[in-house]
Order: sequence, then C-alpha cells, then structure tokens
Amino acid sequence: MRYIIFSLVVLMCSGQLAARGTYQTPQDFLAEVFAQQVPKPQKLWIVKDLKQQVKKILGHRLGSLRLRYWREDQKTVWILEEVGKEEVITVGVVVDDNKIEQLKVLIFRESRGWEVRHAFFTDQFKQATLQDNLKLDRSIDGISGATLSVRALRKLARLALLFHQHVVK
Amino acid sequence: MFMKPSILATAIATCLVAQSASAASPTNEEMWELIKKQQQQIEALKNRLNVTDEKVEVTEQKVEATGEMLEERSGSASSSWVERTRIGGYGELKYHNWSNQKEGGSDKKDMDSHRFVLFFSHQFNDRIRFFSEFELEHGLSKDTDDGSGPGEVELEQMYVDFDLNENHTARAGVFLMPIGFLNETHEPNTFYGVDRSPVEKNIIPTTWWEGGAGAHGELMPGLNYDVSLTSGLKVPTSGSNAFLIRKGRQKVAKATAEAPAFTGALSWTGIAGLELGGAIQYQSDLTQSANDNEVSALLLEAHASWQSGPFGLKALYARWDLDSDDAKAIGRDEQMGWYIEPSYKISVGEHNLGFFARYALWDNEAGNSASTEYKQVNVGVNYWPHEDVVLKFDYQNQSSPDGKNEYDGFNLGFGYQF
Repeated sequence: MRYIIFSLVVLMCSGQLAARGTYQTPQDFLAEVFAQQVPKPQKLWIVKDLKQQVKKILGHRLGSLRLRYWREDQKTVWILEEVGKEEVITVGVVVDDNKIEQLKVLIFRESRGWEVRHAFFTDQFKQATLQDNLKLDRSIDGISGATLSVRALRKLARLALLFHQHVVK
Repeated sequence: MFMKPSILATAIATCLVAQSASAASPTNEEMWELIKKQQQQIEALKNRLNVTDEKVEVTEQKVEATGEMLEERSGSASSSWVERTRIGGYGELKYHNWSNQKEGGSDKKDMDSHRFVLFFSHQFNDRIRFFSEFELEHGLSKDTDDGSGPGEVELEQMYVDFDLNENHTARAGVFLMPIGFLNETHEPNTFYGVDRSPVEKNIIPTTWWEGGAGAHGELMPGLNYDVSLTSGLKVPTSGSNAFLIRKGRQKVAKATAEAPAFTGALSWTGIAGLELGGAIQYQSDLTQSANDNEVSALLLEAHASWQSGPFGLKALYARWDLDSDDAKAIGRDEQMGWYIEPSYKISVGEHNLGFFARYALWDNEAGNSASTEYKQVNVGVNYWPHEDVVLKFDYQNQSSPDGKNEYDGFNLGFGYQF
C-alpha cells in the first residue's frame, strides 16, 4: 500500500503535459507551422451560403461575422473554437490540398475529456477530407468520458475543411 | 438643245449628293469643339470614379470597424456572470411492458417520467468552478407520513473543483462515485437500452453519490486517476433487504457518517476507441453502526470498452465482499455481477441508428451455494435523430431465482440531454 501511494505521488508530481490549460498559444502554433514567417492574416466573411453550411456543421451560428486565417500558397491555417461540454476548446487546423495536414488542441478548458489533446486521438484527423454532405470522409474513434470534446473536434475539423474550400479555389 | 431626262436626273442627283456630303463633314472648328466636349465628359466621369473609389474605401473602413467592434463586444462578454454560468440537463420517459413468467406473479406495465434533471454550473475564476445536478424522479414527489409516493427530489451533485495545477484537481462536495460506466455518465443518449444495466444498478449500485473530498487528474498521457474520502453506504442489517448493497445508499441526506469510504479509480484511454478502467472502494463499516458490530466491505470493479468504426463492445465486472457472519448466513457476504454488450452503430444521413445486445448476470446472494443469480438478455435499437436526442426500443428476457419475479417483455424510451 505504501509503495502504491508513493508511486501515485511521484506520478502526480511528475512534469508532463498538462491535462487542462494552454498547451500552445495560437501565436506559437502559427510560428511553428510557418517556420517563424507568419503571413499577414486574411479575413473570411461568413455570409450567405457559407453561413448556412456552418450552421449545419455546428448546429448553431458561428459566434462571429468573419474569421481570420493565414495562407501560404495552397495551405491555410485556422484557429477555431467550439464548446465541448461547458467550455470552449481552442484548436489549430492546417489544411493543404483540401486535406487536414494537422489538427492540434491548443487550449483545453473543460474539467474532463482532456485526452483528446493527445496525438493518439488527433492523428486520426490527418489526411481527412470533407465529403459533399459536409461530413468527414472517415469515422473518428471516440474516447470514453470525452464524448462531447470528441464531438467538438470533429465539428472544427469539418469547419476548417469547409473554409479552406471557400478561400482556395 | 434639250438634255435627255435620264441624264438630267443623274446630274441633279450628283449635285445633291455633293452638296449633302459637303454639309455632313464637320469643319476643323467643329471637330475641335466636339473633342473638347468629349474631354470634358471624360474628366467628369473620372471625377465620379474617383469619388466612388473614395466611397468604397470609406465603406470598407466602416465595415472593418463594425467587424472589430462586434468582435470586441463578443470577447468582453466572456467575463460576464452570464457567460460564466451554464444550465444543462437531461430527461427520460419510459414504457415497460413486462409479463411475469412466474405463476401467480403480477405483470408490470407502466409509463414513467423517470428522470427530469437540471445541471447548474458556474466558473468563479480560471481555477475554481461549481457544478450541481438537481433531479426529479418519477414525475411526482409527495411528502407522506409513510414515505410512500412515486418519486423523489434529489441533489445528486453539488461540488466545487479547485485546480491544483494543470494536471490535478481537488474536489469537495457531493459527487458521483467514479465506478463503472454509468455512474458518472448516464444521460439517456449515452447508453443502450431503455433501462440502465441491471448489474450496475444492483451491484455498484448506480446511481450512487456521496459527500466528501477527493482529487482527480492525469498521471501520464491517457492514464487518469480519481481518489476520494467520502461518506459511505449504510445497509440495513435485518429484514428482507438486509445487507443488500443498493439499499445502503444514503444520498447524503442526513447520512450517518460513522465510517467513511475510501475510493480509488484508474482509467486508461491511451488508444483512441479503447478504455480500460477499474475501481476499488473500502469501507470499514457498511452498517455505519456506532457499536462494535462493524461490517467491513470491499468493492472491486473492472470494465473495458472498445469502439472501432461502427463496432462497439463493453464489458464490466463488479463484486462486493462483506466481512459479516450475518451477511454470510444469507449469502449476501458476496454480491457480484457482470455483463457484456456488443453494438453496431450506423449513420443514416444526419441521424444515427445503433443496434445492441447485452447479456447480464448478477447475484446479490452469491455467497451461498443456492442458485440465486439473475440472468437477463436485452436486444434492441437506439435511434438518434439528433446527437442529443434518442428514441429507444429493447426486448428483454429474464431468468430469475426461485421465488422471485421474472419479467420478459419490451421497453420503449425517449431521452434527451442539453
């Protein structure tokens, strides 16, 4: 019993990636993606048909009229947010050639479900594309106890692919 | 000398054409005036174009300013009380149509608004937050002398979380025990079947909450823990319900707290779609007695779930061991159960349809040699017209011990969460 308690304390004190909090700021994420040469942000206005498509994916309207995004050639980068169970999850998505190159949880504020930030989960989104029905081309295996966080990330992946289609024609 | 008429006509026509041609050709002065007029028109158009360009630029600036203002407003709202307070909930309505397979036994057909639940939560600051769950069961709660009445009003959760650091959180208040699949997560759209698993209901016993303090967090990527020191169960020691685990739930309602309960749980979710978990609870006296007749009890629980594409599989085992001669005498010194549940879920447009089967076995008198276990098979379907709304149907076939009711039949259910 003492050994178990000691092991638990050591593990609790060990320095490793935080469960809840800011894993990487959006600014650092952009700097990493663009190798420190971050382009000037552009703006995408969420109007007309795009507005309806966003509502279809999220189940509600987007909280803003326009979105900033960063573009280099055919690659776009999006910093998006969606509520998991109660709090907003901030995600960075890199899209290239209409496929997700990278999806990363940047800030996680929920009190549970933080497992979604790990590569074993987010790697499922690599190379994902958007189908005509606005769904991903693949099934994403969930994490028990993190259903709503998983759902939020799926929606943000679809949004990023949709937005990419609108700006890279 | 007379000219021929045709020649005369031609001559006259030629003169007229010559005169006409001479009249259409502008003079140099006229050309110059025309050019000057056209130049004036061009200048006027250029001026108008410049004015339009200026207007477009001003409009763009106004649109940009409006966009920035709206973004600032939506950003500042995040600090308001409203933005930091959330309301949620879930509910479920059930219809049971059961035939009692035991001779002389009564059938059970009922329609029950089983649960109406509201969640209230509030974020005090970045590190401290409050969560609560308020529940009405069975649609009606009456205050009667004999305690009869179909329903209950319950405070199922009321706790505050304190983030110790980014990996670990302390908790104080009333909270759900981190045991099994359903005890912490039981909104109707999250599980198959109209009724919750009878193993978790009768053995764990879901839904089970206690008051106290604890800590939870992540030990390493994918490995989560939860430990707590809380009030405990208080099982009756006599009568037909003696030592039955489910009858020991005090619900933190003036709960006797002679003996606390120590609970620890671990879960591993290091592979997407897979969860392996388990829990242990020790209570030095399951009867909460103030005398020396203590009944120590130990709960061991293990579960696994796997999801890959449309396929899902769940399995759970739970067992209580009670250190009591009185409990042993009636076989209730050991109470156990297990179940396995495969499922298959497909998307139909925006909707989802899931099929499941479940085999469950549980025995609240497993300590004796008599055949006292229940067995139940459920097969059914969940239909989600929206991810937070579910319609359910399942058929059950039950096998029960001698002298106990045995219900076969079907169930219909409706549920939601928000």
